[in-house]
Amino acid sequence: MEFLTIIQILDSSLRLGTPLLLTCLAGLFSERAGIFDIGLEGKMLMAAFSAAAIAAISGSAWIGLLAGIGSSVIFSGLHGLASITFRGNQLISGVAINFLAAGITVLIAQDIFQQGGRTPSLQEASRFGPIDFPLTNVIAPIPILGPIYSELLSGHSILVYVALLAVPGTWWVLFRTKFGLRLRAVGENPSAVDTAGINVAHLRYAAVMICGVFCGIAGAYLATGLQAGFVKDMTAGRGFIALAALIFAKWRPWQALWACLLFGFLQAVALRYQNIDFGAFVVPVQLMDVLPYLLTVIILAGFVGKAVPPRAGGEPYIKER
Amino acid sequence: MEKMPHWADVILIPLISLILAALLSALVILAIGEDPILAAKLMIEGSLGSTYGWGYTLYYATNFVFTGLAVSVAFHAKLFNIGGEGQAMLGGLGVALTCLLVPWPHWSMALLAAIVTSLAFGALWAAIPAFLQAKRGSHVVITTIMFNFIAAGFLNYVLVNLLRPAGSMDPATARFPQSVHLPTLHELLLPLNIPFSKATPANISFLVALAACFLVWHLIWRTRIGYEIRAYGHSETGAIYAGISPYKIIMIAMLISGGLAGLMAINNVMGEAERLVLNATEGAGFIGIAVALMGRSHPFGVFLAAVLFGFLYQGGAELALWTSIPRELIVVIQALVILFTGALDNMVRMPLERLFRATRQHQAE
Repeated sequence: MEFLTIIQILDSSLRLGTPLLLTCLAGLFSERAGIFDIGLEGKMLMAAFSAAAIAAISGSAWIGLLAGIGSSVIFSGLHGLASITFRGNQLISGVAINFLAAGITVLIAQDIFQQGGRTPSLQEASRFGPIDFPLTNVIAPIPILGPIYSELLSGHSILVYVALLAVPGTWWVLFRTKFGLRLRAVGENPSAVDTAGINVAHLRYAAVMICGVFCGIAGAYLATGLQAGFVKDMTAGRGFIALAALIFAKWRPWQALWACLLFGFLQAVALRYQNIDFGAFVVPVQLMDVLPYLLTVIILAGFVGKAVPPRAGGEPYIKER
Repeated sequence: MEKMPHWADVILIPLISLILAALLSALVILAIGEDPILAAKLMIEGSLGSTYGWGYTLYYATNFVFTGLAVSVAFHAKLFNIGGEGQAMLGGLGVALTCLLVPWPHWSMALLAAIVTSLAFGALWAAIPAFLQAKRGSHVVITTIMFNFIAAGFLNYVLVNLLRPAGSMDPATARFPQSVHLPTLHELLLPLNIPFSKATPANISFLVALAACFLVWHLIWRTRIGYEIRAYGHSETGAIYAGISPYKIIMIAMLISGGLAGLMAINNVMGEAERLVLNATEGAGFIGIAVALMGRSHPFGVFLAAVLFGFLYQGGAELALWTSIPRELIVVIQALVILFTGALDNMVRMPLERLFRATRQHQAE
């Protein structure tokens, strides 16, 4: 295989891994605070639609991004209302949010644009264009280093770099700030946090809102960065792959980066080659598609190191008990 | 003392949730510039106004009875089986193999065999997540979600590479032989001189669904294992103290749940399509969640909720045909029902409990 081909596949892995990474970090905040979130998919879808629709109308990708984040945060608020305030079942709330997004996006898209539940194709100005690093022309001819710099690292949309920077950012917030310590504590032992005089509900709402912001960026990137517009069900299970990556990473930010790049790589390979012929045997494209889920089940089963979720995850906190 | 009377819990709360979901849906229809009352009329006429409409309503309802029962049985053991979709896909594979590999002389034998294989395939697909939950503590919700995607990929592979007839581009099996054609409601009602539309897919599986309702009711409330499942669902520590093995309960509840989801395939694969196509389940596995929540995990409630959703599905299809309201409206309604009957249950329940407490104190004075 040629070196340039490898660079191209890695480049595409980074692109495809970005929405996974942003959504995975979204889930990380929520689940570390003890709120399970299987509605990541729905929030991303809602954000993808809002970002594309508003970008198409306003002509600005940035206003689209704000709309995407806004709509995703509203859905987060709904999840918070159900699972924190009304102490409902977080999993059922997540399922409801996924369906709500799947239905309402098509309904509104059809109402506004009349194009069969999609937004119009976005023009250049209403998308996040590539950002070229300085001196790419000078460095490009250098063997090995040149292509890595000019092809792989340079030339992505700004949201890709935002996602990459969010990894150390998340690590710092969670493990080096007072807020992060409390957030993790509330996911492990909320009554201890309560005893210390800190409001459990406020902390959990904060985590759920951060989750909404990240899902919003992920959706906006999907519709206005990676692709040019919204189509029905365009997240196509990415929210669940991100959830898988979160478990794969055992709820830790740096590991989340590697897991998402790995799953992005699998998607890139499946996209480029249909069936992979190794001569002796053929790997069918369907296997590449399900590999993230298979790997996650294996990790969950605890055969390769155990994935232990935050201890208070999924349980509403009741003060009086 | 009970917080509120039993009837309020099983009738009033679902009813209020349903009204809330309906009101919000009406607002959504208003917001996209259509008339909600006209829409409701169209839906009722299209799904209940003719035997044609009823045929489709009951066909969809049959699917939802199976998936709704599947979710309910798991709920009784406090397990949330989101994997109905994948289990129903595998059930479809079981039905397809049964119908294609064996030259059945009569449909009744084929149906019996298909019931067994679809149950077995669905149960098998639930067995791995069940085992991982019971033995390794892997959360069954996550593993069943993953298994839905794995099932879709697996079925895609089997249909494209193994079961697709030579020369066909369509990722689907060959058509099943005429001998395994299940009698439709039209054919069943003909000897009784009851006219029923010929063009609808409702078939004898509807009766199997009714039988399944009864059997599940019997299992949960009239057998020892059903008692153990409920005891475990009520209190795990209490059940263990009473000598009930969690491993056994998780396995049995999930196997029955997966089997019931798989059983749906006799309706949609054998009864309607008469071949296995990609995405044959069309989300029915997920609607089972809404149906189980709405029906309060009781087979009778599940049946009513399944008919309600059958009505919504057929009505929604009619709506998409005659107005500019897309079919996705039913997905929104479904989401609202899940939201209000499931996640926001306490929002309806808390004020009601307060109301009942207040009236009771008032009476005592």
